[in-house]
Amino acid sequence: MSSFLSSSIGKKLIMSLSGLFLIVFVLVHLILNSFLMFDSTGELFNAGAHFMSLPIIRFGLQPVLFGGFIIHIIYAITLTLQNQKARPQKYAVQNLSNSSTWSSRNMFVLGGLVLVFIAMHLMHFFVPIQIEGNVHDDAQLVKALFTNGSMGLVYTGLYVLGAILLGLHLAHGFWSAFQSIGFSNKIWKKRLEKVSYFYAIFVAAGFIIIPLYLHFFA
Amino acid sequence: MTVLNSKIPAGPLTEKWSKHKAAIKVVSPANKRKLDIIVVGTGLAGGSAAASLAEMGYNVKAFCYQDSGRRAHSIAAQGGINAAKNYQNDNDSVFRLFYDTIKGGDYRAREGNVYRLAEVSGEIIDQCVAQGVPFAREYGGTLSNRSFGGVLVSRTFYARGQTGQQLLLGCYASMNRMIGQGKIEMHERNEMLDIVTIDGKARGIITRNLVTGEIERHGAHAVVIASGGYGNVFFLSTNAMGCNGGAAWQAYKNGAYFGNPCFVQIHPTCIPVHGEQQSKLTLMSESLRNDGRVWTPKKKEDAIKLQKGQMSPNDISDEDRDFYLERRYPSYGNLVPRDVASRAAKERCDEGFGVNETGKAVYLDFKYSIERLGRDVIEARYGNLFQMYEKITDANPYNEPMQIYPAIHYSMGGVWVDYNLMTNIPGLYAIGEANFSDHGGNRLGASALMQGLADGYFILPYTIGDYLADEIQTPRVDMNHPEFVKKEKAATTRMERLFNIKGSKSVDSFHRRLGNIMWDYVGMARNEKGLKYAIEEIAKIREDFYKDLRIPGEFNSMNIELEKAGRVEDFLELGDLMARDALNRNESCGGHYREESTTEEGEAKRDDENFTFVSAWEYKGEGQEPILHKEDLVFETVELTQRSYK
Amino acid sequence: MADKILKELTIRVWRQKDAKSKGKLESYKINNISGGTSFLEMLDILNEELINKGTEPIAFDHDCREGICGMCSLFVNGRAHGPDNDITTCQLHMRKFSEGETITIEPWRAGAFPVIKDLIVDRMAFEKVLQSGGYISVNTGGVPDGNAIPISYDDAEEAMDAAACIGCGACVATCKNSSAMLFVSAKVSHLAKLPQGRVEATRRAKNMVAKMDELGFGNCTNTGACEVECPKGISIANIARLNREFLSATIKE
Repeated sequence: MSSFLSSSIGKKLIMSLSGLFLIVFVLVHLILNSFLMFDSTGELFNAGAHFMSLPIIRFGLQPVLFGGFIIHIIYAITLTLQNQKARPQKYAVQNLSNSSTWSSRNMFVLGGLVLVFIAMHLMHFFVPIQIEGNVHDDAQLVKALFTNGSMGLVYTGLYVLGAILLGLHLAHGFWSAFQSIGFSNKIWKKRLEKVSYFYAIFVAAGFIIIPLYLHFFA
Repeated sequence: MTVLNSKIPAGPLTEKWSKHKAAIKVVSPANKRKLDIIVVGTGLAGGSAAASLAEMGYNVKAFCYQDSGRRAHSIAAQGGINAAKNYQNDNDSVFRLFYDTIKGGDYRAREGNVYRLAEVSGEIIDQCVAQGVPFAREYGGTLSNRSFGGVLVSRTFYARGQTGQQLLLGCYASMNRMIGQGKIEMHERNEMLDIVTIDGKARGIITRNLVTGEIERHGAHAVVIASGGYGNVFFLSTNAMGCNGGAAWQAYKNGAYFGNPCFVQIHPTCIPVHGEQQSKLTLMSESLRNDGRVWTPKKKEDAIKLQKGQMSPNDISDEDRDFYLERRYPSYGNLVPRDVASRAAKERCDEGFGVNETGKAVYLDFKYSIERLGRDVIEARYGNLFQMYEKITDANPYNEPMQIYPAIHYSMGGVWVDYNLMTNIPGLYAIGEANFSDHGGNRLGASALMQGLADGYFILPYTIGDYLADEIQTPRVDMNHPEFVKKEKAATTRMERLFNIKGSKSVDSFHRRLGNIMWDYVGMARNEKGLKYAIEEIAKIREDFYKDLRIPGEFNSMNIELEKAGRVEDFLELGDLMARDALNRNESCGGHYREESTTEEGEAKRDDENFTFVSAWEYKGEGQEPILHKEDLVFETVELTQRSYK
Repeated sequence: MADKILKELTIRVWRQKDAKSKGKLESYKINNISGGTSFLEMLDILNEELINKGTEPIAFDHDCREGICGMCSLFVNGRAHGPDNDITTCQLHMRKFSEGETITIEPWRAGAFPVIKDLIVDRMAFEKVLQSGGYISVNTGGVPDGNAIPISYDDAEEAMDAAACIGCGACVATCKNSSAMLFVSAKVSHLAKLPQGRVEATRRAKNMVAKMDELGFGNCTNTGACEVECPKGISIANIARLNREFLSATIKE
C-alpha cells in the first residue's frame, strides 16, 4: 500500500478523492448560502450556520474538511514540483492552446488563487463566527460585508472573482477526478466533461449571484 | 561441379522438413546457456529470432541502427500476412500456398524452402495471436481474412493497414521480455561494419556505436544477419531512409555468396516523384487496384497539356482515356501482378503519355467505382489511404484521379543460404529479406511478413542447433584475438578513409547519382548495352566518391554523414554486382526484365533451359571480378509454365 | 497539384554538440522550397546546403518517412510533430507554412528524454518501461490455435486502437508535465483488452507504472494535450483504464 501511495497514480488518486470530497463540500456550502436569498429575514441562514457550529460538526467534521484541504494542497504541491522537475529544459516556443484548455494547464495557479480567496473568506466569516463566537446574527454579518459602503462593492467584486476562479478549477477538476480514479472511457469521458462543465458553471454562478444579490437587493 | 550445397533433404516434398527436423542435432538446455548468438537487425526476422533463441536459453546480443528495435522497416508493411489456415473453407492448403508462391516467384525459388514456409505459416498466426497481435476479427470472434493479388483464396490475416507494425510489436514485445530477463543484450544505435571469422567460422562482429562513434568488438558462437533488403541502392525507394545492405554486404565481402542480386521488386502504386529534391517515396497499398482503374490519355497532345498543367484529368472524356492494363491484359485487367503493372506504366510514360510535370506518372481513377458503389463504400474501404494521399499531395482522390508511379520496394535477392539458412561461412546465418531464399524472381503480396517470421520463429531456432551442437566445447572468444584486432583496425581504417577524403560533395549527391543510374539502367527494364553502361558509370561514381566526398563533423562522435557514407560505399559496390547479375541473366523473370528476352507482344519471356538456377556470387577482392556459382533449381513437384495474364 | 513555392524561410533550430554540451537556437535561411516538399525533405535540403558550406548538418531522427516507425520527433513551432493533426513530422508538408515564416524546431524536451545531439533525443526510457512488462509472457511455440479463443470484434478493435501507438514520444513532449501516461496506458490497454493479455494485466500495469515513475516522467494532470498531438489519435480513455488496472492491482494485493 505504501508503494501505491508513493506511485504517481496513487498520488493522483489521493488528489482526486480529496478533490471529490471538496466538490461535495462546495455544493453543501452553496446550498447553505442560497438560504440568504430565499429568506430575507436571515433566520433560515442563521439556523444553518448554527447547525454548522454544533460541536459534532466543529470537532467531528471540520477537522476532516480541513484535512481534505490540506491533503489536496500538499499533494498538489508535491505533484507540481515533480512535474516541474520532469522538464528541466523548457521549450523556447510552446503552443498548447490547440491541444488543451487553459484551466487544465493552470490548475495549480487556479488552486493557489482559490486558496488565497478562501483565506480571505475565512477571515471574514469563519473567524468571527466560529472562533471568536461573538456573532449573533450570521446573516447580518454576511449582508453587512457586501453592502457596507464602497468596500461592499470591492468585496462583492472579490467574491465574484473567487467564484470564477473556483468555477475554472472545477471545470477541469471534476471530470479529471473521475478520470484519475479510472471511472471513464470514451463514452463516459464526454458525459463526464459535460457534467463537469455544468457543475462548474452552476457552482460559479451560484456563488456569483449571492453576493451580487446581497449587494444590490438586500 | 558446383561448390554450393543447398542441403535440401531428400525424400518427398511434404516430408522434407519433418524428416530434417528429426535428423538435425539439438543442444541441451545446460549447453545453450554457454552459447552466445549475435543477431543483426530487429525486424520481423531478427526480432522473432532473437526472442525465440533467448527463450530457448541462448544468450543473444541483438543490434539495430535505429534508436529502438521497434522501428525496423517491417513496421511499414500494410497489407497482411499469408497463412495456409483454410479458415475460410475455400480449399486453401499448404500445397496451394506453396504452389502460389513458387509460381508467383516465376519458378526461381527452391521447392523445399517454399514448401517449408507454407508448412509453418499457420503456426505463425497462432504465435502472433498468443502474443497479443490484434488481428481483425469477425463478429463471431474468429479471425478475419482478406484476399490479395495473384491468388484465388482468402488467406491474408491483417490488422487494419498496419499488419507489419502489429506483428513487429508482437515479436518486439517478446524481445523486451527477454531483455528484461537479461537473456538479450540489446544494442540500439549500433551499426555492423564487419564480420569476424576465426578458423573459418563466424565468431563475431565489429560495430560502430552511432552515438559515440566508437568501434566495438562483439563475440559469439554464431552470427545471424537479419538486416533486411538493399532497395535503397536506388536512392529513392519505399524503404526506410536508414535501410541498408551493409551487414549482408559485409557477409559477402567476407566470403558469403550473394544470391540473385538482380532480383528486386518494383511496386506499381507509389506516389510519384515530385521534384529533384525528394528523399523518399511513399507506397500506396496495392489493394487500391481492386477498385481503381489505371489510365493515361490516348492522345499525346492531352498528355502534353497535363504535363504543363494546362488541363485537368477530369477534362478528358472516357473515349480519350487509354485503360492500358485492361487493353493489354483483358482477363486480369488492373489486377495483374506487381511486375507486370509496373512495366506497363513505364512503357506508357516512356512513350510520352505520362501525366504529371515530370512525365512519370499515370492515373489511378476511382471515379468509376464511386459511380458504381457510391462514395461511402469507397471511403469505408480506402478512407485512410485517401487521407494519406491528400496529406502528401494536397489533391483529393475522390474528385480527381490519383497519380501513381512504380518504385523500388523489396529485394528478393540477398545472401545465399542453404536449407538451414546458413551461408557458406559456417556459423553465419541470414534470415528474412536479407537472404535470397523463398521468393524467387518476384514476391507475392503479404508473403514478406510470413517469410521473416517463419525464419525467425520456427526455422532458424531449430536449424541453428544443428551447428551449435558441435560448438558446445568452444569457449567464448577472446576479444583480443588477433582477428578481432585486425577487423577492428580494418573497420576504423575504412571509416577514416571516408572521413579524410575532405572533398566537396555530400554523401547524398553520390547516392542520388547512383540511384539515377540504377533506376535508368538496372531498374524496371534492362538490356545489355544499358547494363554495361551502368557498370562503367558506377565505377566512375565510385572513383569520384573516393576523391570528392565531404563529411563534416567529428569522427569520434555521432556523425550522420559518416554513417551514410559507409552505407553508400556498400551500395556502390552492390549496384555493380546487381548490374553484373542482371547482365548475366539474359532472361526475363519476375521483377527482372531483359528487353532481349521478350515475346513478340513484348511480354516477359523466361528461359528455363538456360537460367533455372540461383546465381550465387563470390567476392574475390577489391578490383577483382566476382565469380558466379550456379545452384541448379530442381523442380520435382511443380511443372514450369510461362506466366500469362492476358 | 501545382504547389506554391516558399521563396524564403528562416529556420530556427536547436543545435547541441552532444549530451554534455549546452545547446542554443541558431537561425538559417532557406530559399525556394516547394509546398509539396515534406518537412524532413526541407531539412535534407538545408543539410545539403550546410554540407556544401562545410558546416555540420543538423542531426535529427527519422527513418521510414511514412508515419509508422515513430523515429521522427521534432517540436515545430511549439507543437509536437508540427502544425497539423494526426500526422508525424515526416508526413508534415511545407504547404502548411507561409512565405517568410520563421520556423522554430526544438527537440522533445523531457528529463527522461535527454538530448543526444541537435534534435536527437534518447527515448530509451520508453524501452525500459516496455521491458518491465509490456508483453504477454508466452514463449515461441506450443500456443493454441489462433481461433481457439474467440475475441469479440469490439475488443479486437479497441485493442487495435491502443496498439496503434508508434512510440514516438509526442505525448511526453507535448505534455506540460512530461508525463508518459498515454504511452504506458496504450500498451496496458492493448494487452488488457485481449484474453491472452488479460491474464497478467494487473501485474503488468503495476510493473510498468513503477518503472515509469522511476524514470522521472511527470504526473498526468489530464490536460488531454497528448491525445490531440498523438499522431495516431490514441485516446486518454486508455489512461483511465490504466488507472483502473493499477487500482485493482493494489486492491488485490
